Amino acid sequence: MPTTDHTLDQILDLAAAHFKVPREKLSADDDFFKTLGIDSLQALDLLTRLEHHFRIDLPDYELQGVSDFRTLANRIQARL
Amino acid sequence: MLDLRQYASLGAALKDALERWPNETCLIEADRDREKVRLTYSDFKEMARPLCRALEDADLKAGDRAAIIMTNQSKWLISAYSIFFCGGVLVPLDYKLTAAEHLQLLAHSKARFLVVEYYLWRAITQSPEFAKLTVEIVLVTEAPAGADLRGAYRWEEFKRKGEPQFVARQREDTACIVYSSGTGGRPKGCVLTHDSYLEQCTSLTAWYPFWPGVRYLSILPTNHAIDFMVGFIGPFVCGACVVHLRTLRPEFVRDAFVRYRITYVGLVPMVLKNLERGLRAKFDELKPRKRWVLDRLIGLNKMLTQGRPRVELSRRLLPQVHKAFGGELLALIVGGAFTDPSTLQFFYDLGIPVTCGYGLTEACTAVTLNDLKPFRADTVGKPLPGAEVRVLNPDGDGIGEVAVRSRAVMSHYLDDPEQTSQTIVEGWLLTGDLGRFDVDGRGHLQLVGRKKNMIVTEGGKNIYPEDIEAVFDGLPAKEYCVFAANYLWPQKTLGSEMLVLVVRLERNQQFDSRLREEMVARNRRLGDFKRVGGYLMWEKDFPRTASLKIKREELAAEIGASAVRAGVVEI
Repeated sequence: MPTTDHTLDQILDLAAAHFKVPREKLSADDDFFKTLGIDSLQALDLLTRLEHHFRIDLPDYELQGVSDFRTLANRIQARL
Repeated sequence: MLDLRQYASLGAALKDALERWPNETCLIEADRDREKVRLTYSDFKEMARPLCRALEDADLKAGDRAAIIMTNQSKWLISAYSIFFCGGVLVPLDYKLTAAEHLQLLAHSKARFLVVEYYLWRAITQSPEFAKLTVEIVLVTEAPAGADLRGAYRWEEFKRKGEPQFVARQREDTACIVYSSGTGGRPKGCVLTHDSYLEQCTSLTAWYPFWPGVRYLSILPTNHAIDFMVGFIGPFVCGACVVHLRTLRPEFVRDAFVRYRITYVGLVPMVLKNLERGLRAKFDELKPRKRWVLDRLIGLNKMLTQGRPRVELSRRLLPQVHKAFGGELLALIVGGAFTDPSTLQFFYDLGIPVTCGYGLTEACTAVTLNDLKPFRADTVGKPLPGAEVRVLNPDGDGIGEVAVRSRAVMSHYLDDPEQTSQTIVEGWLLTGDLGRFDVDGRGHLQLVGRKKNMIVTEGGKNIYPEDIEAVFDGLPAKEYCVFAANYLWPQKTLGSEMLVLVVRLERNQQFDSRLREEMVARNRRLGDFKRVGGYLMWEKDFPRTASLKIKREELAAEIGASAVRAGVVEI
């Protein structure tokens, strides 16, 4: 199983590609709503992309209260 | 639809609706692209019956309060109906609040019963405040086998055989207690009667009727005033159908329009913008020639629908656009927060009637609504039948505080006579919103700002700065206070609403990176929609009362007079 750090890296890569921002602008503890300039619906869009990538089911509620990549990585890691 | 004048309560009206259209579909629940539930009115009644019996056995009496914390799904509506059937008072809570906030509002509402989804219940049981739970009976939906429910019952198993006894209520009895926000210091529980809802439903359906065969896509949370009315009560008393989605992912929302040939949908501006973004991206992908043709057709549609919507014609002119919305859409109903007129215009120009309204929980659902005769992007419409709207103490431009009087207005804030007397004065609900009637004399209301210290997010949530201050407790500074920027620097426009943290340093203290990091870290503990947008350093001590409370109005006036909005530094 990949490590959380590895999962986190992949999330950052995918987020950068999905929202078309340079990868180096994103870091683990960023508030992604702010860094990416997105609203909660756009964040849900990213969740679908992550589901396909990691081949897991991520109910919408897994994103509730989450606003940084590290916490998101932990939640995904728990489902791998 | 049912003649609501003949009914004394929501329970009585809904009960008759289930009898009146037994074979019509009333509810569809889909999870992503899988349909999970499809119920006729008769099925709905069959599902509610054993729950009503069990509630009866559990001693839910007339006037007892029962809360629901759930995302939009069939069990929300079945539970709500059962509570009304047994004469209970419904307390719909926002599922997006934190567990601690849920516990606080449950205690404040004095709810005896709670219906809650498993993952939300799990969060509540894990809260350090769980010991303070005041509810006596908890029903948990969709709990996995073997889950420790901490004394709660499984909703699916909470049933009894036999015919339950309907409990009649009067029009003036409380139907719901709805929190219009204010979770921190002072919860605002709007007490709304059966009369409020029945009146509101009558006036809304007079302009936007439902009938059997109409399908309403319910994506705003059902605890929100708009969806409770147009995604439950309205469709049900007219024999129409509600479509629930268990996900809000934009791709599945778009799919649902087509799959279920949606007739109406209620949206907050954030969702509307998301749809606009998606459409614009699609348009931008078109080859230049196709784009040229599309732009011409949009121009033609715009010209032909200037006076009134002509949906059939628009569907023929722009078939691809309309197919993307299922081809049977009659209106997008937008409310809950300020909507950018250009977004409204974008949809109307495509031939999709979009109607913007204005309402507040204190007034049940809606106060004004556009009737599309003709379309207006720059107003929130005209007062609904039965609603009187006044602009108090208008200035030279006709702008003043909007006040409302109607039977739909709440009776009071729960257990808070002081806030009630400040909000309802001589029968008029003071909204705290600034507006004016349009100069054309057709009775359209335009909102231009807020008088009170609060913001409304694009997602339709009210945020009171006082309620989020606690998160900054212990900030290494002398004192701080949170304000709505538009309250400090009133402007005659809505939108660009943000919260500002005003900070006063200790004598000899310098602003440093530690303080900044602390602010950022604390800010992130707030839900994303509640966060402070920037900070302002303030050079004077805050004015305080004898009991050392900050004199907010005085401080706001001082700041507004001697600092500028541009001085706010983004967090």
